[in-house]
Amino acid sequence: MTENEIVYHGELVKPRALYRRGLVFILPGLLWIAFFLALPCLSLGIVSFAQRNDYGGIDWTFTFDNMKRLVGFDLFGWSADNLVILGRSVMVAAISTFLCIVLSYPLAFFLASRPVRNKGMWMALLLVPFWTNLVIRTYAWLIVLAPQFPPARFAAYFEMVDPGTALYPSMIAVYIGMMASFLPFVALPLYTAVEKLDWSLVEASFDLRAGFWRTFRYAIWPQTKSAVALGITLTLVPAMGMFVVPDMLGGAKYMLIGNLIQEQFGTSRDWPFGASLSLALMVITLATLLFFNSKARANKERRS
Amino acid sequence: MKHTHPLINLTAVLLFMVLYIPLLCVVLFSFNASRLGMQWGGFTLHWYVDLFHDGMVLRAAMNTIILAVSSTLISTVVGTVLAVGLQTAPWGKKARRFFEPLINLPVVTPDIIFAVALVIAFGVIRSLTGLFELGMPTMIVGHVTFQIAFVTLAVRNRLEAIGNEYSEAAFDLYASFGYSFRTVILPLLLPGILAGAMLAFTLSLDDFIISFFTAGPKSMTLPIFIYASVHRGVTPEIHALSTLVMVFTILVVVLLRRSEKHNEQTEAKS
Repeated sequence: MTENEIVYHGELVKPRALYRRGLVFILPGLLWIAFFLALPCLSLGIVSFAQRNDYGGIDWTFTFDNMKRLVGFDLFGWSADNLVILGRSVMVAAISTFLCIVLSYPLAFFLASRPVRNKGMWMALLLVPFWTNLVIRTYAWLIVLAPQFPPARFAAYFEMVDPGTALYPSMIAVYIGMMASFLPFVALPLYTAVEKLDWSLVEASFDLRAGFWRTFRYAIWPQTKSAVALGITLTLVPAMGMFVVPDMLGGAKYMLIGNLIQEQFGTSRDWPFGASLSLALMVITLATLLFFNSKARANKERRS
Repeated sequence: MKHTHPLINLTAVLLFMVLYIPLLCVVLFSFNASRLGMQWGGFTLHWYVDLFHDGMVLRAAMNTIILAVSSTLISTVVGTVLAVGLQTAPWGKKARRFFEPLINLPVVTPDIIFAVALVIAFGVIRSLTGLFELGMPTMIVGHVTFQIAFVTLAVRNRLEAIGNEYSEAAFDLYASFGYSFRTVILPLLLPGILAGAMLAFTLSLDDFIISFFTAGPKSMTLPIFIYASVHRGVTPEIHALSTLVMVFTILVVVLLRRSEKHNEQTEAKS
């Protein structure tokens, strides 16, 4: 049976030819992503049920040992180490994300209120750290937090640390590093939202003698919360698996799951356990994102 | 005109300082003559000169450029073709529901999971066939995979901005698909392709995690070199190297912004 030709955007073709051409165009890209991303993710899931053999390779026997180890059961009984690391990762990611959101508001309002001729410069100032390599941005804090510099001296003066010691490795250093790395990820989308803000609502709120909090809650928050949601996604996902910052600023005492995963592929050479850790990280990340999404949806429904 | 509270401005300026003071410290100490400690020992360019005599640094710089250029070339071609295919064929809803998540997968997968998944997949293939020894080729594969999504995004935006009128006109004048694509669509699309390529290039320069996991013993890049050196102790050479990397990144970003602006202007004219 011969197909009838149709006119598609001015072109006289047979539908089948149109689809065939489209397929030829999209196939390389789709196959690339399927082969080098979807399939590897699948193999990650499979390998997490395998075992490490004596040479650091993979022993293909099906087992739940890695999952048991993940929640703390090993040859010597139960320990909370891995669960503590998991919990700490979630906590650090959540707190850093929250800090970034709170701090992004003044930043976004500041940027939006700059006169037009300076705006490009301020935007560039926010973009440069955004594009600077994470390794450089993180190790730079090693200089600032060194014992000779004001932050460490200040802390020593108030007897928070011993004089002559650096402020790293510590949990505070990890939070500072995380906050500095992710601030632009929240500030940029938030700035876009503040730029489009309907200021008449803010003025109306102040005219009606609403205080700062009520104005924020009822005039600003509803207009910016979708930008905050985007910022949360952009920050929370990478923050959960972050290993450069805790590795450089936190040391072994403040390990996060990212460091634990890296260890399995470096010194420990236990790929199956590393795979199951990654799987756990993926599940936690997805669960957190779904939690935020469902909350956002619930909010929307309550409003309508 | 809206005004912001002085307290808001103060916080914002403080935050900018938090973002910049560490970076400025790196730049400052790259010119410091005293090698050890944080004392200022006078101005010198010594460490920069040293860098250009350090074989390892030069090799790492070479690797970084090779990796960025080759992965950008591959991902630009594959991503552009993908965007054109998605935009010019009448894909139904069902097909799109299958394509779109697959294309967006690299954007939403956390770096470390993607890196680990690649290492495991390469390991499995290697144990079966002996191919995919970790090194430059595996790093290129890793970079291309996350770049494709961003190139496709940039090119699709441009395709949407161009609209269908130009190609319709070409077909009305009896141009074949190939001829209209080459002479009408491609020249119009070029700024979008360029923007996508530059974005891909910066992403590659910026990446540490995927390179770190998929690198072999001979394919060290600058971020990996800096990371490894910091673990052995921070030296002025590393500050000098980081300063150069920062300057290079800023140059690329400025170029990217320029081309974006240029795009907007040409769009406004047409």
